[in-house]
Amino acid sequence: MKYIDEFRDGALAKTIAANIAVEVKPQRRYHLMEFCGGHTHAISRYGMVDLLPVNVRMIHGPGCPVCVLPVGRIENAIQLAQIPGLILCCYGDMLRIPTAKGMSLLKTKAGGADVRMVYSSADAVKIAQQNPGQPVVFFAIGFETTTPPTAVAIKQAKALGLTNFSVFCNHVLTPSAISHILQSPEVRQLGLVPLDGFIGPAHVSTVIGSRPYEYFAEEFQKPVVIAGFEPLDVLQAILMLVRQLNDGRAEVENEFTRAVTRDGNVKAQLLVAEVFELRRTFEWRGLGLVPYSALRIKSDYADFDAELRFQIPAISIADNKACECGAILRGVKRPQDCKIFGTVCTPDNPMGSCMVSSEGACAAHYSYGRFRETA
Amino acid sequence: MTHTRGKIKPGYTRLIDFKQGRVEMSHGSGGRSMAQLIEQLFMAAFDNEFLRQMNDQASFPVQGGRMVMSTDSHVVTPLFFPGGDIGSLAVNGTLNDVAMAGAQPCYLAASFILEAGFPLADLKRIVESMAQAARNAHVPIITGDTKVVEKGKGDGVFITTTGIGRVPAGINISGDRAHPGDKLLVSGTLGDHGVAIMSLRENLTFHTSITSDTAALHELVAAMIAVAPNLHVLRDPTRGGLATVLNEIASQSGVGMMVQEDQLPIREQVNAACEFLGLDPLYVANEGKLVAICAPEDAEGLLAAMRAHPLGTDAAIIGEVTADPHHFVQMKTCFGGKRVVDWLSGEQLPRIC
Repeated sequence: MKYIDEFRDGALAKTIAANIAVEVKPQRRYHLMEFCGGHTHAISRYGMVDLLPVNVRMIHGPGCPVCVLPVGRIENAIQLAQIPGLILCCYGDMLRIPTAKGMSLLKTKAGGADVRMVYSSADAVKIAQQNPGQPVVFFAIGFETTTPPTAVAIKQAKALGLTNFSVFCNHVLTPSAISHILQSPEVRQLGLVPLDGFIGPAHVSTVIGSRPYEYFAEEFQKPVVIAGFEPLDVLQAILMLVRQLNDGRAEVENEFTRAVTRDGNVKAQLLVAEVFELRRTFEWRGLGLVPYSALRIKSDYADFDAELRFQIPAISIADNKACECGAILRGVKRPQDCKIFGTVCTPDNPMGSCMVSSEGACAAHYSYGRFRETA
Repeated sequence: MTHTRGKIKPGYTRLIDFKQGRVEMSHGSGGRSMAQLIEQLFMAAFDNEFLRQMNDQASFPVQGGRMVMSTDSHVVTPLFFPGGDIGSLAVNGTLNDVAMAGAQPCYLAASFILEAGFPLADLKRIVESMAQAARNAHVPIITGDTKVVEKGKGDGVFITTTGIGRVPAGINISGDRAHPGDKLLVSGTLGDHGVAIMSLRENLTFHTSITSDTAALHELVAAMIAVAPNLHVLRDPTRGGLATVLNEIASQSGVGMMVQEDQLPIREQVNAACEFLGLDPLYVANEGKLVAICAPEDAEGLLAAMRAHPLGTDAAIIGEVTADPHHFVQMKTCFGGKRVVDWLSGEQLPRIC
């Protein structure tokens, strides 16, 4: 496949891996966090750990949109779906997230609710046009990558004069999550999370550009390399991080130059700014309340805000006591350190969010890497 | 330093909640949920030595040899798709389940559940397609049944077909016969049927020239057992794809598997469609392909026989059976690393970014 296979080339991977092996200093530690679930997925799916020296350790970050969504918001969505006549549209991997009571949107659908999987926010608008007599709610989630399409859907619905369409907005922001991790006492004071550098987001950075990361590199003295989601991108980014750490540099470098610029996609940024505004605070699963880390719909578009239209209550639900998703999302623990990993909590019966999406750290390790624990 | 070298936790299966639980789509997707439903409900209730063979068909002794019987219900949306329709699928699917025991199919039965209001022209088209598929396979449909349900209580037409076949003397093909060292073969490109169907789903608008691979495989199987009568395992990777079939066989035979990613025959268009849908071709359905497992000394001869048959021209040796107490199916990736190829969890759902 053109433009894909070039970035999965095994021979080239060996060359980069050999360079990493040569440049890594045996006595030093290279603990690198890949923020995005897309990177986690690539690392696991291609068995990349087999290509890295033992002192280069990849720590999976919180950048899986499904994983960080608090259970209360899923509970809200299930309640919405149970309103008679209402059509709830959502992305595929939202369907299986379990609530504390073991419910999910998929089970709600099996019970008769009209829950529809869509591939894009535009499909939800289309469903609203086709069903004028029924309220249609788009359950919007995701980082900066999925936010512009939601903004487009809202503007489109307004232009079409759709009165039955609204959006349950759960869009969150990457930079505030990274700062939150870096400022957490575990990282700053206790040294519990040894983080030496970051692999910066791929698709998110196409929208926001590389500029927002400059602050982290400088303030926290951690190198950041923005990388694409293909396995060679990730491997190359690891090599670039190793070089920065060896040189004592903490800069923002861009491996993903074929898609990311310093300023990002200004048109998309303006679109988002027109439709959304910052929330004062928002709950992240695993990270708790993170200030200014999420978006809500501006008052100009209040008619399309499902939170207002359906008076959606704020519900806060604690994770299962045995579940370590929080610590795993912050990089404090690894999936295999959790007591219920692979026993009570599996991709078929996920207890915690990291086991739900294939981008989640636990699901990726369970599905692709758990043979390593048997060696 | 990077990994805990402890023991993996023992397999844990949560019991199905028969009091509160409801049937979910994942119970029919061919993955782990379906395996659990079969094990905890059907196997437990119907238990007998034939069912315990755990193959897609049951083999039973008759005077002068062994016969096999298999049944399969067909529900597919849309009913007509590039390369076939629910009718040809219903005939070929059951013929293939019979053939995967190495058997020569003899007769078919067909039952229809029709929804009131379904156009008779479509029904005629479907039935004629079944008749054509049966004629092509030289296997007659000799009995059947028809029921009609009220409008809204069915999805147009559901078809159940049952087939019986005769196993040639000396052939013993079963999912529990994979041995460490055996070779894994597939008869052709993977994922064609699933991608052809997905391209027509109403909420997906992409165009592909990929057509369903629906085909009856018993003549290919006859050619294979002619050169390798000691063939160990055959199975058609339908729902749940290659990954599901390999996991089923690994647990049935108590072995592991190592697949070479760079040897997998997958069409570029299938790869591309899976890439942008966020799916993995290893889990996508096939309707005219088989997986064969044989002793290493038989592999090259078997491969040559498969490639000589029109339904096996793209056949390939894709890996081998390993000794593994955890029954993991693993894959050496194109990238040079290793990973598990796990059971399908729930339904295959696309990722968001």
